[in-house]
Amino acid sequence: MIVEATGLTKSYGGTEVLSGVDLSVREGEVIALLGPNGAGKTTTVRILTTLTRPTAGHATIAGYDVVRAANKVRGVISLTGQYAAVDDNQTGRENLVMVGRLMHLGRGPARQRAGELLERFGLAGAMDRRVKTYSGGMRRRLDLAMSLIGRPRVIFLDEPTTGLDPASRLTMWEAIGELVRDGTTILLTTQYLEEADRLADRIVLLDRGRITASGTADALKSRIGGERIELHFTDAVDALKSVDVVGGLADGVLVNLPSDGTAAHLHSVLDELRAQGLHPARVSSHRPTLDDVFLTLTAKETA
Amino acid sequence: MSHEGFAAAVSDTATMIDRSVRLTRRNVDTLFVSVLLPVLMMTLFVFVFGGAIETGTRYINYVVPGILLLTTGYGASNTAMAVADDMTKGMIDRLRSLPVRSFAVLTGHVTASVVRNAVSTAIVLLASLAMGFRPNASAAEWFGAIGLLALYVVALSWLAAGLGVIAKTVESASTLSFFMLFLPYLSSAFVQPETMPRWLRPISEHQPITPVIETVRSFLTGTPLGSSGWIALAWCSGLLIFSVIFASLLYRRRTSN
Ligand SMILES: Nc1ncnc2c1ncn2[C@@H]1O[C@H](COP(=O)(O)OP(=O)(O)O)[C@@H](O)[C@H]1O
Ligand SMILES: [Mg+2]
Repeated sequence: MIVEATGLTKSYGGTEVLSGVDLSVREGEVIALLGPNGAGKTTTVRILTTLTRPTAGHATIAGYDVVRAANKVRGVISLTGQYAAVDDNQTGRENLVMVGRLMHLGRGPARQRAGELLERFGLAGAMDRRVKTYSGGMRRRLDLAMSLIGRPRVIFLDEPTTGLDPASRLTMWEAIGELVRDGTTILLTTQYLEEADRLADRIVLLDRGRITASGTADALKSRIGGERIELHFTDAVDALKSVDVVGGLADGVLVNLPSDGTAAHLHSVLDELRAQGLHPARVSSHRPTLDDVFLTLTAKETA
Repeated sequence: MSHEGFAAAVSDTATMIDRSVRLTRRNVDTLFVSVLLPVLMMTLFVFVFGGAIETGTRYINYVVPGILLLTTGYGASNTAMAVADDMTKGMIDRLRSLPVRSFAVLTGHVTASVVRNAVSTAIVLLASLAMGFRPNASAAEWFGAIGLLALYVVALSWLAAGLGVIAKTVESASTLSFFMLFLPYLSSAFVQPETMPRWLRPISEHQPITPVIETVRSFLTGTPLGSSGWIALAWCSGLLIFSVIFASLLYRRRTSN
């Protein structure tokens, strides 16, 4: 396990904002830490990237303890924070070369690496412009490029697309997708289920400082049941009658029943109903989304 | 590629100095204001109030050393804001998550501050010559005046860096450093302390800026030096040592939670 955390706890002035978070990430895995605002995502990332000490618990990255061997950890990770850490009054290239020099690549190789990354993130055309003229999406991409200069083994991305417009978000997803294809280990945080679903191999749900669920998107979805068919009748009596025939639950003119998601099952349901003279006006099939998972699990916690 | 040892620390510091100097050079507004304000003050004092202030010499010869220290104060408050900006936005987190001497960010800002102050002080000095300032200093005296001003600027810049580290926001950094702008007005910069109200006089005579001004004035225009030289040197060295420790401790505290 390249990232291994046990019982991470953090308190600020007596208030516990992280309560015993366990986390392990395999090399090459992409993990999304998914949670609403204030869940403790940034706190978790700050502990793992050596910026904050945990109140209790411990964590290692590539075998190095984040507290006792902080400098070793810093040599293998990179952080792209929630707010882009770029200098507005330097050009894109200057920002990158600065980080390259801090990584002690030497001036020549630093410039070369900067050039590669600018090309890769679609910033080559703007590299000699000051960053203050960049769009929000360009700044985020530059920020990401800056964190890749030293070829880190584990990349931390804290809410990489929060605040971006849909088009920029898509470009950012593509950029992250490329890192994923390279086989880099990534831990990203997000408030967007769609983003977690799209980028991550595994999703860890964080709510008020606790992990409430963890697994692949599909596994999480199946936790609240599989696919469902919804039959819409024009008459509530028909709805009740059809429950006697095919099962499920009636709610007014709606009937909701479990399904395996195949067309064959849908066919057989409709055939059985027709045999009894029951004709739904509309049929829809419903696949649970991560939103359902999220709401269900978070609601359970509150209850 | 090594990140350990003295050479690595020197390299990181050089990189951050490069960065801060470049940012300073591009922030033309800041440089403009830090030159324009002292020049305006100088114009105001020399041509408007100067005639009414009795100093025993031509007023411009009296006021220039104070104006030079005023210039430094403006420069230092910009440094506090630049440091606060890095501490409160993402830059410090980026540096701290890399195997880098992140303290180099402060050294970078202090160095840029010294460079910026050298430029603005030179411009203000040229403006004062144009307005009739006539120093009669020897080469050694010029050297002494410039050396003392440089020491003062370095000390004040470290103090400003420390204030930038404790400030929660860029705005509060600017507020915290306000006294650096204010102190020259309560010194012998514009009027002789003997002409001030009785209760204000001790403050004016014993605050650090007065001996610095008196020393620079003595070197440049030949007024009596007295013990001001040693007192100024002691103040500036003390302030430098205090400020470097102050900035380092605060930096460590701010980055260790
Ligand atoms: N330095 C701090 N001092 C006090 N409280 C903090 C600090 N940092 C974070 N918190 C609190 O910890 C909780 C979790 O914050 P955070 O980790 O930033 O959440 P997220 O990134 O998921 O939005 C929040 O309630 C926040 O107010
Ligand atoms: Mg956050």
